[in-house]
Amino acid sequence: MSDDPVLFGLYVPPHPHPLLAPDQNKGWGELRAAYDECRRRIEESDADVIIVYSTTWPSIVGHQFQVQPEPEWVHVDDDFHFLGSMPYKFKMDTEFGNAYRDAAESRGLHSRTVSYHGFPIDTGSVVALSLLNPDNRIPACIVSSNMYANRAETIVLGKAARDALKAQGKKAVIVAVSSLSNRMFTKHVEPENDRIHSAKDEEWNRKILEFFEKGRLEDLSQLSRDIHGQIRVQKVVAYKPAWWMAATMGQHNNYDGEVLAYAALHGSGGAVIQLTPSKGSVGDKEFDEDDVEIYRGDRNVLTTGTGDMQASGGVDGPLDEAERPTEEDWDWKNPLEYAEDLYDEYGSTVVSHASGALGVAAGTVIAGPVGGLAGGIVARKKVSKMLNKDGAIIAENAPKAVGAYPHARRVGKLLFISGVGPRNPTDNTIPGGPIEDDKGNPLDYDIEAQTEACIENIRIIMEACDAELDDIIDITTFLVDMKRDFKGYNKVYAKHFEEIQATRTTLAIQALPTPIAVEMKVIAKAP
Amino acid sequence: MIKGEIVLGCLAPHPPHLVYADNPDENEPTSEGGWETLRWGYARLARKLKTIEYDAIVILTPHWQTYIGTHFLGCDSFKSLSVDPIFPNLFRYHYNLKVDVELSEKMCEIAGEAGIITKMMRNPDFRVDYGTITSCHLLNPDWDKPIVTVSSNRNRHYYSVEVMNEQAQALGDACRKAIEESGKRVVLIASHSLSHRHFTTEAPLPEDMSREHIYNHSQYVWDMKVIDLMREGKMQEFIDLMPEFTEQTMAETEGGGLTWMMAAMGMPNYPAEIYGYQSVIGTGNVVACWDPDEETREMVL
Repeated sequence: MSDDPVLFGLYVPPHPHPLLAPDQNKGWGELRAAYDECRRRIEESDADVIIVYSTTWPSIVGHQFQVQPEPEWVHVDDDFHFLGSMPYKFKMDTEFGNAYRDAAESRGLHSRTVSYHGFPIDTGSVVALSLLNPDNRIPACIVSSNMYANRAETIVLGKAARDALKAQGKKAVIVAVSSLSNRMFTKHVEPENDRIHSAKDEEWNRKILEFFEKGRLEDLSQLSRDIHGQIRVQKVVAYKPAWWMAATMGQHNNYDGEVLAYAALHGSGGAVIQLTPSKGSVGDKEFDEDDVEIYRGDRNVLTTGTGDMQASGGVDGPLDEAERPTEEDWDWKNPLEYAEDLYDEYGSTVVSHASGALGVAAGTVIAGPVGGLAGGIVARKKVSKMLNKDGAIIAENAPKAVGAYPHARRVGKLLFISGVGPRNPTDNTIPGGPIEDDKGNPLDYDIEAQTEACIENIRIIMEACDAELDDIIDITTFLVDMKRDFKGYNKVYAKHFEEIQATRTTLAIQALPTPIAVEMKVIAKAP
Repeated sequence: MIKGEIVLGCLAPHPPHLVYADNPDENEPTSEGGWETLRWGYARLARKLKTIEYDAIVILTPHWQTYIGTHFLGCDSFKSLSVDPIFPNLFRYHYNLKVDVELSEKMCEIAGEAGIITKMMRNPDFRVDYGTITSCHLLNPDWDKPIVTVSSNRNRHYYSVEVMNEQAQALGDACRKAIEESGKRVVLIASHSLSHRHFTTEAPLPEDMSREHIYNHSQYVWDMKVIDLMREGKMQEFIDLMPEFTEQTMAETEGGGLTWMMAAMGMPNYPAEIYGYQSVIGTGNVVACWDPDEETREMVL
């Protein structure tokens, strides 16, 4: 039996038509039949909880989790009130809802539970739970879709669901409630005349369904921004359900996909789809966007330093004149201009990759985290000439950061290196072994090997900054088990740093973000 | 038949915080107060409203969002519990209100004749949005007048703020015509804030006024600019500027409320009465009204 906490995932539409008017249109009836089939499959599963992420529950103050034990109301949709009322009484898994909230907070998300009589549960959640779990055989958890959340928050929200499931030892069926294309007709349409709003929406929907059928969920997640731009009316900042669903289901492409129904719902694309974890499918891909473990952003971006979207040199804008080195100093170009060069040379795909990396580096110094062709070009052509400038530095040969931070940052005559662990840059394995398995069971590991790898990673980053270990001034080391590991760590440390004589602090801490035993953070002289 | 008229137009923001701070019997949560500048302004405007004879309140709210045209409340009364989906900790209000269905149908009919997509909302289980409840409670806490809620059509999401502005003006023209034909004296309410960038976290004590301030200075500058236009009676200029204001401040004006009201009132060129300005969770809010009667119009602030 699989140890995946998610038994299968469903993608279902939020509109009330399959619930209230399945007989009025052939497609609505087919969606209803597909819903009914999914209900049977859920009943036959071993699921302990149904987790619902509904795009029609927008929240603003973080993400919200419904934990009222038995919410009961008669719901009426704002637009489709003429189709009828939707009385409901659901059963919530309050224990899981609280655990999910805690897990989301642990991953850096602002989160809270709601438990109030009369709280307006949204149309999508009401429709999905009414059709998929009419007898409340399995308790549910409903989570909101934050209006302003983008990829990082949504990916982390999905991962938190897995955290909570693992912590409670529960199995879940997860449900993403969302349209495909969401452009509805803006006038009243008789049921028999319903159709997908446009040929373009239809073509995109078909493409998305093809991905689902092939089990390519992570690929869909990576395509989310394109989907949002092409067939989503801009009600919110991003098309998020694919992100949440992919993250909740483990971020890969190994699923058995089945499209049970697809039909128009007042012009939008409605589909009932099941994805079941599998060994087969098309295999993992090399993805474009960084993975995120912990959300470290601040949505009040307009008033904070490097995240200030409107400040000169901010993540979206070119550097202003005052920040630019003079032409006499070196052949300097704004990072965004490199993207234009790349476009001329290699076309839009390469540029979109490069631009993403440039954005990550906040419009400052880039050492090319993009990998592959584009990153290589950026690095070879210009990066070494840009290192004299203050700013963030991403070392392409170092282990990928586990959050929204650069490997290093130069400020004046100093280099600040982010905390570095022992992960192997090429395959993310941990030299000396991880300290625990996937279930949190402790494993034996080699602290000396981990410390060696840690120092090697520091050396790689220093090299990307045109510096070396000899330039290090101060070191802070974090150990998760001081009693066990200090001796081995100290031995390896002495081998590399005895002659350098940097100042040092060694701290015992409870945990690190990945299953490693040691992390080191350094300050060094800038070249 | 006597020609109906609009006797007052109010810009009445609806942060649920104001009802929470007011501690009315109808609201379940209780507070230690807060946002007094706005609430005192509201109280003063409510007193003015008590001196005016009128038959009904017509309110356009951005929290009844419809994508298939503009909808109008079409049942005689609604009684239920309104819970704010964003701030359920602050707003759980038991309401019992009457609807002027005759006036509502008239507006729906004439707007339809003008080419606007319309629909009457006849489902008795429908829950009236919290924007309507908040603005109406603060302006008329006795609930002694029937209301009509007009939904906020969100074609802005399909087209642009400019198109939304044009459609809201057409709706305003149609509503004025319906009111005139109804023979009734009507108070209009545009229920929304000005700048609408808001904080995405909440203070442990929501009414902690030491934590309250406008989201940022640019929002404040925009708010003051448009309030100056209100004071100077330059509403056509403000409406012309509305798309840019809406884009720059993420304002709820995207729902068309103020544009609708100003169009219905013939784009007033007389000064608005300003009753108070204050931020709520970072958003900019002004309580203001336009009084067509020169004899009762006053300089408040």
